[in-house]
Amino acid sequence: MSLKQIVVLSGKGGAGKTTLTATLAKLFDSKVIVDTDVDAADMFILMKPKIRKKEKFKGKSVAKINQDYCIKCGKCKELCRFDAINIINDKYKINEYMCDGCNLCEIACPENAINMIPQIVGEWYISETKWGDMVHAKLYPGAENSGNLVTMVKHQAKLIAENKKKNFLLIDGPPGIGCPVNSSLSGAHYAVLVTEPTQSGLHDLKRIQQVSNHFDLDNYLVINKYDINIEMTNKILEFAQDKNMKLIGKIPFDKRIVNAQVNLKTPIDFEENEDLKKQFKEIYNKLINDIERE
Amino acid sequence: MKIAVASGKGGTGKTTVSVLLYEYLDEYTYVDMDVEEPNGSIFIKPDIVKKEDFNKKIPNINENKCTFCGKCADNCPYNAISIIKNAEKSLFFEDLCMSCGVCSYVCPIEDAIIEEDKKIGVINYGMGFKNSKSIDFIEGVLDIGEPSGVPIINKINKKLTGGEKYILDSPPGTTCPTVATIEKVDYVVLVTEPTPFGINDLELTLEIVEEMDKPHGLVVNKDNEDNDLIEKFLKNHDINILGSIPYDEDFARSYSKGESLLHSSKNIESSVEKIIKNLKKENEEL
Repeated sequence: MSLKQIVVLSGKGGAGKTTLTATLAKLFDSKVIVDTDVDAADMFILMKPKIRKKEKFKGKSVAKINQDYCIKCGKCKELCRFDAINIINDKYKINEYMCDGCNLCEIACPENAINMIPQIVGEWYISETKWGDMVHAKLYPGAENSGNLVTMVKHQAKLIAENKKKNFLLIDGPPGIGCPVNSSLSGAHYAVLVTEPTQSGLHDLKRIQQVSNHFDLDNYLVINKYDINIEMTNKILEFAQDKNMKLIGKIPFDKRIVNAQVNLKTPIDFEENEDLKKQFKEIYNKLINDIERE
Repeated sequence: MKIAVASGKGGTGKTTVSVLLYEYLDEYTYVDMDVEEPNGSIFIKPDIVKKEDFNKKIPNINENKCTFCGKCADNCPYNAISIIKNAEKSLFFEDLCMSCGVCSYVCPIEDAIIEEDKKIGVINYGMGFKNSKSIDFIEGVLDIGEPSGVPIINKINKKLTGGEKYILDSPPGTTCPTVATIEKVDYVVLVTEPTPFGINDLELTLEIVEEMDKPHGLVVNKDNEDNDLIEKFLKNHDINILGSIPYDEDFARSYSKGESLLHSSKNIESSVEKIIKNLKKENEEL
């Protein structure tokens, strides 16, 4: 079997991506665990990885104006499309948060007073967990280029999986529908979409489903906290049927699931949660059986 | 006065708190900056009175004029252009283009690259359930498949005029879109939930807010007093607590149906009152 990539996504944040991915990670046999929510990476909290390798990640460069050479012609400010150049105390200054590193000001400056300074925007890790190898990352707060870091994380995970002949990359995806989500889906085979029965949950599911279709993936659906609003759950099910998404699980609202996270564990880590364990196992079975059937 | 509501982690209650503040504070306009997944309209149910397409500039390479010198491709910081000199062909990858304008700037041939508008989203303006006579709802919506909503966020920011009052519902995460949202605000309301994920992402967001030197305070959502995570967090961080919103089933039900949040339960109303009181202590102009 060739390496298959499964991405867990939701559009809306807080729908339960990480809890589900971490739980599945403990059930899957032959996989590398990947956290691509590099903006707010939380999976390490549940997987307790031991970091074996750590690398800095170089992102975009940021422009820097050398005030000794600047003649205040204003060309850079006029050309910048990112509103990154301001006049502060009669000096042209770069706002590093806004600068996209496009080089236009550096190219245009008649005095060569602008240089591009490369930035370290984050780091990525190859780690060991009790449940197998894990690749994850951390983007420094305020940084950019999360799409590129996602691509790097996935690339590293793929190398490990190929080397160790693993069958799956199990990927915790980022929220939203933008660049990091696209990077997490690129090269993927299956999307597991997690939603909750709220207006926001359905709204965001509809948007993420379109993104996933754009990548031509098979979509599986998990409805989390399905019993907080049965009417909405039914609407979601209608939508899912209409869009050919396969329902693989409905998880009830259960305080034990929150409590597990508070104790830095997944819901199936507790002996007494026999029924929850059964439910998650069923989700796993449905997913794996369907994938293997294809 | 501009207040941003931010959290780092998704699903902690940014939209909930933003809508509650909008509902409670008469003169405030709600602004949805979570352009990838804007959900405010579900609760505010605005009558949209104006829609503006949001366009980005993309290059159109005229192969009749192009000399295939490759300068545009060499200088494109996003690798969005390929020039195949021998075949006299140009390739443009729109998904990668960030509209920086470098290609047309460096192109030595007049009119060989012309920048054209490409729609990447829409900005909606409307009146919400407060029955205001003027616009009190603004949202940015990024088109599916577009890589970055930051240009829309920046555009909306420019439209927010100085004297007016705004609540900005921020995107999740701690990177560019969040920074672009809080860049120009006067105050940041941080929202968290008492879970390890909530606290971890709060710490990241706090780092940015402090670095950007924005006054800020914390609202604890879904506060069930079951654990001491918030207490532990407060031991290590000097942060102003604005208040908390208790976990409440009636409230959760109203949320799931998209109904009025403020009046869903008595508990909620008094919690919001307390938050507003504390906000006012810190912001006289509120």
